[in-house]
Amino acid sequence: MEIPNVADKWTGSVCEITLGATKDSGGSRQKTITIGGSKTVPFMDFEGNPGHKPVIAMDVYDIPPDDWTDTLAKPFADVLNDPAQWAKKCVEQYGADLICLKLDGIHPDKGNRSAEEAVKTVKSVLAAVGVPLVIWGCEHDEKDNEVMPKVSQAAKGENCLMGIASQDNYKTLTATCLADGHSIITMAPVDINIGKQVNILVSEMDFPLNRIVMFQSTGALGYGLEYTYSIQERERLAALTGDKMMSMPVICDVGHEAWRAKEAKSSDSDVPQWGSKEERGPLWEAITAVTLLQSGADIIRMSHPRAVATVKKCIGRLY
Amino acid sequence: MISIGERINGMFKDVREAIKNKDPKAVKELAIQQTEAGASFLDVNVGTAAADPAEAMKWLIEVIQDTVKTPIAIDSQKFDVVKAGLSVVKNEVLINSSKGDPEELDRYMSLSKDYNASLICLTMDKEGIPQDIERRMEFAMRIVEKAVEHDFELSKIYIDPVLFPINVDQKQPALMFDIFNQIKMISDPSPHRNVGLSNFSQGTKEKRLLTRTFLSMGISYGLDTAVMDVLDKDLMDAAITAEIIMNQHVYSDSYLTACRK
Repeated sequence: MEIPNVADKWTGSVCEITLGATKDSGGSRQKTITIGGSKTVPFMDFEGNPGHKPVIAMDVYDIPPDDWTDTLAKPFADVLNDPAQWAKKCVEQYGADLICLKLDGIHPDKGNRSAEEAVKTVKSVLAAVGVPLVIWGCEHDEKDNEVMPKVSQAAKGENCLMGIASQDNYKTLTATCLADGHSIITMAPVDINIGKQVNILVSEMDFPLNRIVMFQSTGALGYGLEYTYSIQERERLAALTGDKMMSMPVICDVGHEAWRAKEAKSSDSDVPQWGSKEERGPLWEAITAVTLLQSGADIIRMSHPRAVATVKKCIGRLY
Repeated sequence: MISIGERINGMFKDVREAIKNKDPKAVKELAIQQTEAGASFLDVNVGTAAADPAEAMKWLIEVIQDTVKTPIAIDSQKFDVVKAGLSVVKNEVLINSSKGDPEELDRYMSLSKDYNASLICLTMDKEGIPQDIERRMEFAMRIVEKAVEHDFELSKIYIDPVLFPINVDQKQPALMFDIFNQIKMISDPSPHRNVGLSNFSQGTKEKRLLTRTFLSMGISYGLDTAVMDVLDKDLMDAAITAEIIMNQHVYSDSYLTACRK
């Protein structure tokens, strides 16, 4: 009996976006990263071109995180006070494809650092590593609108991925990214309708669709992972059926979310039945990341080197 | 939905004059307006007054292609006029239309395949238009069988169950909805379900409202293409909204903006 061919045919595809700019194109990156381009659902390469491999952006903070458990902090103990060295370590020792510089320190409640300090940090990280940068504000609208334009200008020509634009606060960052040639992250709170709406709003400012990356607030394993999964899955299906406003690559914030889970950070003495914390934390992060890969994720923000290694291995095997 | 803009038709005075005087201005304007309104195809019909319909068809298509890139739907009941049109078409093309007689389907499907064209097939033959669902579905089955025989991609077949004007036979519109549903299930992938929409309300006083309501209801039963007045913004917006309600696109507050693009 002939086995029927059940492969679906798709008419659309995910946009292809290149991040970073080398010397030839006006930047100083040693390499660029291209994401997206998929013409099928994740890992179904018999249906169509799977596009570019998902990549990992390792998180670097402008101030030492005060809520990191020792399992997570240990690998970076020598660099937590120096974002440039921290970024260098992520790239050189742990194989980060990109660096995600999170400017938590500019938040009014977390240090209220100035735009000048943020610019200095961004410049130092750009000088320390040759990979493209994701630069993520503190998610305090007023402070981001004050600092991000200056940061953007300082990184002009480097084609960074700047975040985040939300439904209520997108104009400043969009205009800034347009002026300085960066790509942009559009954010929605686990809501596909708002996700599409932000993309429309940003594109109505003449921002090119092929410079937008979508972000739905990530839920870690046990903390809403399935909501993020199903939205990202629907976003990919919409892209493949030709919805241009849902055709952008996707970024997930796995590291930060996974390590907020009590399962990742509780001490061995508190929950001896859960096994060693040293294993548990990285595993929680890796499982969250690998699950989201299957729903369609193009950039995954991650923290722990061991989780990064596991996920990189998984991507390598599946592609 | 796939909207086939009906306006470049020799039945309209401005197009008839344009053909007669070989003055491309009105045709170019209609091509641009319909493209901007979101037409997926531009229907091209030389009407009945052209002295040389084949030459008029070629001229119209060339004028349109010089103006916009929107794919053409060659609309003629004459095989040689369709063929003449195909000889100058540069982009994707749809033939409007073949009747459902077996020999007609053979002739049109062979021609369509030669030009990689899509084809509208009517559920009628030289005996006329059937009035019931069953007979129309027999035609639909025959069209699909012929497509399989000709190794013709089913996604390039548009079955048109021939919509009657509401003021001619009021029982007909409701039958259409059943037919759309049944054609959708005839094969996988299924052929498209098409109607000539403006015909539905001709001679009525509430033309636009009737058309818009039929289209919205039709979409909920699987109607996915229509030869229609794409310049009627309310009609186009109703189609988009019906598709949103049927969960064919992701909703957002600016869904009209997004879908109009």
